[in-house]
Amino acid sequence: MIINVARKELKSMFASPMGWVILSLLMFAFGTQYLNAVNDYFAVMSGAMRPAERTGVTQFVGQSVYGLASFIMLFAVPLLSMRLISEERRSQTLPFLFSAPISLTEIVVGKFLGLVAFLSILIVFIGVMLCTLNIWSDIDFGFLLANSLGLLLMVAGFSALGIYFSGMTQQPVIAAILTFIALFALMMLDRFFAGDPNNILGSLSLMKHFQSFSNGLIDTADIAYFVLFAVTFLTLTVRRLDADRLRG
Amino acid sequence: MNNFTVEAIELTRLYGGREAVSNVSFTLSKGEVLGFLGPNGAGKSTTMKMLTGNLAPSNGSVKICGIDIMENPKEAKALIGYLPEMRPLYKELTVDEYLTMAARLHRVSSKYIKSAVETAKERCGLGHMSKRLIENLSNGYQQRVGIAQAIIHRPMVVILDEPTVGLDPIQIRDIRALIREVGGEHSVIISTHILPEVEMVCDQVQIIDKGRLVFNGSIDVLKRQRIGNKLLIGLHHAPKADELLKINGVSEAEVLPSGLMRVRFEDGAAPAEAIVQTAVQQGWGLYQIAPDQTSLEDVFMQLTYQEQLISPEQSTA
Repeated sequence: MIINVARKELKSMFASPMGWVILSLLMFAFGTQYLNAVNDYFAVMSGAMRPAERTGVTQFVGQSVYGLASFIMLFAVPLLSMRLISEERRSQTLPFLFSAPISLTEIVVGKFLGLVAFLSILIVFIGVMLCTLNIWSDIDFGFLLANSLGLLLMVAGFSALGIYFSGMTQQPVIAAILTFIALFALMMLDRFFAGDPNNILGSLSLMKHFQSFSNGLIDTADIAYFVLFAVTFLTLTVRRLDADRLRG
Repeated sequence: MNNFTVEAIELTRLYGGREAVSNVSFTLSKGEVLGFLGPNGAGKSTTMKMLTGNLAPSNGSVKICGIDIMENPKEAKALIGYLPEMRPLYKELTVDEYLTMAARLHRVSSKYIKSAVETAKERCGLGHMSKRLIENLSNGYQQRVGIAQAIIHRPMVVILDEPTVGLDPIQIRDIRALIREVGGEHSVIISTHILPEVEMVCDQVQIIDKGRLVFNGSIDVLKRQRIGNKLLIGLHHAPKADELLKINGVSEAEVLPSGLMRVRFEDGAAPAEAIVQTAVQQGWGLYQIAPDQTSLEDVFMQLTYQEQLISPEQSTA
């Protein structure tokens, strides 16, 4: 049943040119960054004489592309997630889902998975694009895997937050703005507490937890953080929709 | 086990202390069509939302084929097809895409989805609209898609909130025929404020006013109330009213301002024939004789008006 809701979301994503345009524009941005990074690699490495200054091509290009990807997702996810519930509320299509034999949790999780599936198309494309480095070099696939997983977990967290704000309002634009502000604040948290690495608020920062993935490290604590982050906001969304049914 | 398809037990819904629906109880059996009548804001849509699990009742319960919708929402909802007042259509999809999605969400098994979509389209007269975007369809066709969506999984109970709004007369006729057809196999609840429609398609009628049920019964009861024991007679050379009273069965006769005469007769009497005979014999110049019907509107007004008279007493009690 969750799958059917997810399929519905994907279908409406691709029913309009919107989905295709976003995919192609983002891929264009990532592709350009990739080409630039490869060029830069040669420029930088030819200047680096001592072995300590040298880094692998995977890390150099990978960090550049995944760094841009995580930054762009900060803008892309709110724009994609804003419609999920608010649009349905505005066009009064929610009763269609509410009166079908599916639970609220299935509706919310289905919508979430639909969006994450859409975004993971991008993540897979980025991964494949970086794998083409393997044609003339020996790349570190583990590093790519860690980065892809980190990016996936991060956009999942973004999406969950986006769905929550989308469920709060009838206006998609308001949902997008709220999501963006919340995500931006969470990203910036570790900058504010940079002087105090052990601060609890600082460790709530999304960026801080993405950091270890971008260094090629898969840390269960970071995985747990993103999973909990997504579950928390999905639960809140379910509760918000349930309040609709109770209060009317 | 009784075989009620819908059982509403003392449904009450409060909106901030104000009762939108209060103590509504009724049952519906298989194969019946129930008409829900009432003025604007009477609580028709609220009741329907509660029946379909879109709104939690403040008090009372709803059972669909014996399954409580609060306790087992998924099982109960699988037995319902619902078309809300605002059509829940995804306008960026085509008719086929939308109906396939509806079938899938209502647990039609994947083998039968195609045939379910075809059947629903055929029943709603949407056959030639398959590939059109819902957004580009006319209001009436969008309404048909909404109805198709509600019957696609062959639910036991079909609930339609004002299904004939915005349709042209031919479409209205088709939709009414469809409701009758669906009502043959399943139970149907429709809400409307078009009174003749109720008479045409419904077996059972409920009139709701200010959140209370003021009438609940078979359509025949309402019809009887409306036809009554009255005849309207037009005579060129009208005699005095006393003359008419001599005819067997006539209990009362009065002359109306329009020049016609209204004759009341006793229950069970059928004086029409005798009146015609007498009129011919006496040369009254009979040119018109017809049963005098109170319009359904009048009955409706009476019922909702009576309620207003009763309610002050109830509030003191």
